[in-house]
Amino acid sequence: MLAEILRRLVATIPVMVVVALAVFALLHVTPGDPAVIIAGDYATSDDIARIRTRLGLDQPFHVQVGIWLGRLVRGDLGTSIFSGLPVATLIGQRAATTIWLTLFAMLISVGVGVPIGVVAAWRRGSWLDRVIMLFAVSGFSMPTFWLGFILVYVFAITAGWLPVQGYQPMAMGVWPFLRHLVLPALTLSIVYMALIARMTRASMLGVLEEDYIRTAFAKGLAPRWVLLRHALKNASLPVVTIIGIGFALLIGGAVVTESVFALPGLGRLTVDAIVRRDYPVIQGVLLVVSGVYVLINLVVDVLYVVLDPRIRY
Amino acid sequence: MTQLNRRQFLAGATATAAALAAPSVHAQKAGGTLRFVAQADLKILDPVWTTAYITRNHSYLVYDTLFGTDEKLQVRPQMVDRHSVSRDGMKYSFTLRDGLKWHDGQPVVAEDCVESLKRWMKKDRFGRLLAAHGPRLAAGDRKTFTLELGEKFGPVLEALGKPSSNVPFMMPARIAATSADEQVKEIVGSGPFRFVKDEWQPGNQVVYVKHADYVPRNEAPSGSAGGKQVHLDKVVWRYMPDAATASAALGAGEIDWWEIPPIDFIAKVEQNAALSSFLPDALGTQGWLRPNHLHPPFNNKKARQALVHMMSQETYLQAAIGVPKYFRTCPSVFACAGPYASKAGAEGLARQNMERARQLVKESGYDGRPVTVVHITDIGFLNAAALVTRELMTAAGFNVDLKAMDWSTGLAVRAKKDPPDKGGWNVLHTWWMAADVMHPAVHFGVSGAGPGAWFGWPEIPQLEKLITEFVRATEQPRRKQLAEEVQKVALDEVAYVPWGEWMQPTAFRKNVNGILKFIAPLFWNVSIA
Repeated sequence: MLAEILRRLVATIPVMVVVALAVFALLHVTPGDPAVIIAGDYATSDDIARIRTRLGLDQPFHVQVGIWLGRLVRGDLGTSIFSGLPVATLIGQRAATTIWLTLFAMLISVGVGVPIGVVAAWRRGSWLDRVIMLFAVSGFSMPTFWLGFILVYVFAITAGWLPVQGYQPMAMGVWPFLRHLVLPALTLSIVYMALIARMTRASMLGVLEEDYIRTAFAKGLAPRWVLLRHALKNASLPVVTIIGIGFALLIGGAVVTESVFALPGLGRLTVDAIVRRDYPVIQGVLLVVSGVYVLINLVVDVLYVVLDPRIRY
Repeated sequence: MTQLNRRQFLAGATATAAALAAPSVHAQKAGGTLRFVAQADLKILDPVWTTAYITRNHSYLVYDTLFGTDEKLQVRPQMVDRHSVSRDGMKYSFTLRDGLKWHDGQPVVAEDCVESLKRWMKKDRFGRLLAAHGPRLAAGDRKTFTLELGEKFGPVLEALGKPSSNVPFMMPARIAATSADEQVKEIVGSGPFRFVKDEWQPGNQVVYVKHADYVPRNEAPSGSAGGKQVHLDKVVWRYMPDAATASAALGAGEIDWWEIPPIDFIAKVEQNAALSSFLPDALGTQGWLRPNHLHPPFNNKKARQALVHMMSQETYLQAAIGVPKYFRTCPSVFACAGPYASKAGAEGLARQNMERARQLVKESGYDGRPVTVVHITDIGFLNAAALVTRELMTAAGFNVDLKAMDWSTGLAVRAKKDPPDKGGWNVLHTWWMAADVMHPAVHFGVSGAGPGAWFGWPEIPQLEKLITEFVRATEQPRRKQLAEEVQKVALDEVAYVPWGEWMQPTAFRKNVNGILKFIAPLFWNVSIA
């Protein structure tokens, strides 16, 4: 198993190289020019040309790729064209917010989505099942920005229980840290909660039809024991896959939530960089996020083996 | 000539009265942190390297200027204690105030100012005009320096005290020695606040703390002039791209001051008893419709003139701004609230005449080819302006092709000199703070320098000649006359078409006192009750 994990880790290197090259190529065919943005409103064509030369943007594509990959090999993600700060510093400033937001959102999604999915499957066709599925459909259908503002209106503006926006690192105290994360995490989690609930229900329904479940009930085991020990464990592979995908999507896709709650996360860093065509930042963030995707997939594959010993790589 | 005279005394008295008329007047309380939502994300820190307004605003906290501009648009000494001008107007001598210190604790010396001005003159339009008149800058002793002109240049003090980008901010000589094409690596100013680099998070926050060694002038503050008394310990800028979030945060008391709330949000601010709003910049902002002079049909004067006659500023402003109390029609190319506003040559602009526009289109020989109008979709008022332009140009007889794009793409497109069918453009829309269109020496729209002019590249030698005469004139009536001449030529040749002016209110909690009227948010004189 360890050898397999190592083999998979090594195999991520060509994947990352392909991702890096694809990102670089895509950015350079996208319209826009950071030199024009830097030059500002008063710039003449000569000013812009001078800035392009200084940034190396006038070099042929293969030369720019070579310079970037050379830096990358040395562990240098580059420097923001605009702020002059290292990309690694910018990612470091934002990573904690996104990681905590993702973890909290996933904790809520799994903590609520799995149990209600199990209950819905167990009480299939009942009013409880219908209520849970209605919630799941609503969860899919509500736009994140809309839900975010509704939660802000209710819990921050009207009740005054929670802050409207912002992020407080844990170093500033656990309570302020939690207070600032509750609403964004809840906002972000609703879609995944609904997704996990539906997936758990569908997977459980298949498992609950199996002979060994009937046998377990016939043996006189308590329903709770049958559901959790026998059914859920066997129904969990698709759910784990969805959770893995959800993690990956949350890391890169929290931009709307980060904007609504003014959170300094990786999503906003990426979007701001795209808007300004800050190539080193976009490339750096996408490379790191793609690395996280690859690692999450690896973790999911390992979990498959743990949950189902029949699986071999 | 020593400048502390009766006129300045009166200006100071006027400024005192103006400061007292600032939005909130309460006893000022020292200390505290002001939480401020800035208009944009501060990404670039060097005010010479970029003209971005957000960088200019940041620099007003960190850096100081030799001269400031008060709210009556008068230039007054700031870092300079006294100055004199030779009888022939060719040599200026400056003496710095006592007690000026950089944030690293070093004293400000004349050499710093000389190097800072040299760097600024390489980038700024007004600075370049000054540089073209052969100035020789030289430090005397530690506190004095001179500027000797090779050729006559009238508005030297106006250049040194210009309020908007690029403002001639002072930096230590070792930093100002950086090439003007490179961003400075170190942020050391002598302004009333110190930039805290370790707490700077681009895209999220910027932190400033009080510069304890700052010595303000012993005068009432007015604009960027006068005494910069600091009452705050700390200023935290936050970047909130979502207006609804900023509005909710202001209402909940999580922020104190929101620099540029969209005008749609002002009614909500006015309904909240804890909040207030006012117009800090009476000059406002000017909208532009800019034709590209390089390509048909607008390489033809008559086709360009059709754009003037189709213009209905009221229509543009209604669509783009919407609330009449925040906009005004203005047929002048120079800011209507400024000293050079004029109606000279603006008869066509002041009254829409679609029949005349259609006739001019025909006379221009326009062949019906598509006219590419850059349509910026992610900035509300530019989006609206482009839609109005399509309607009016179509009515005038043009075959309009709106090219939708975001602002960043628009910046790249506007720099292209290629024909419209090869990625270039025919018409674009933009905006300028009125402080940047106050007179011919700062106004890019009236430059006729061809390849050296602003995007659209009009080649109108007469304009360049008039602008040179303007900066060489020393008497105000003559300058006013020359500015009118510039306007007549600019509108006749249609360097661009202004589509009106609007004012941007700012919003703050009522416990914030002492906000000054100026084109940029200023943090001295501000306190929290």
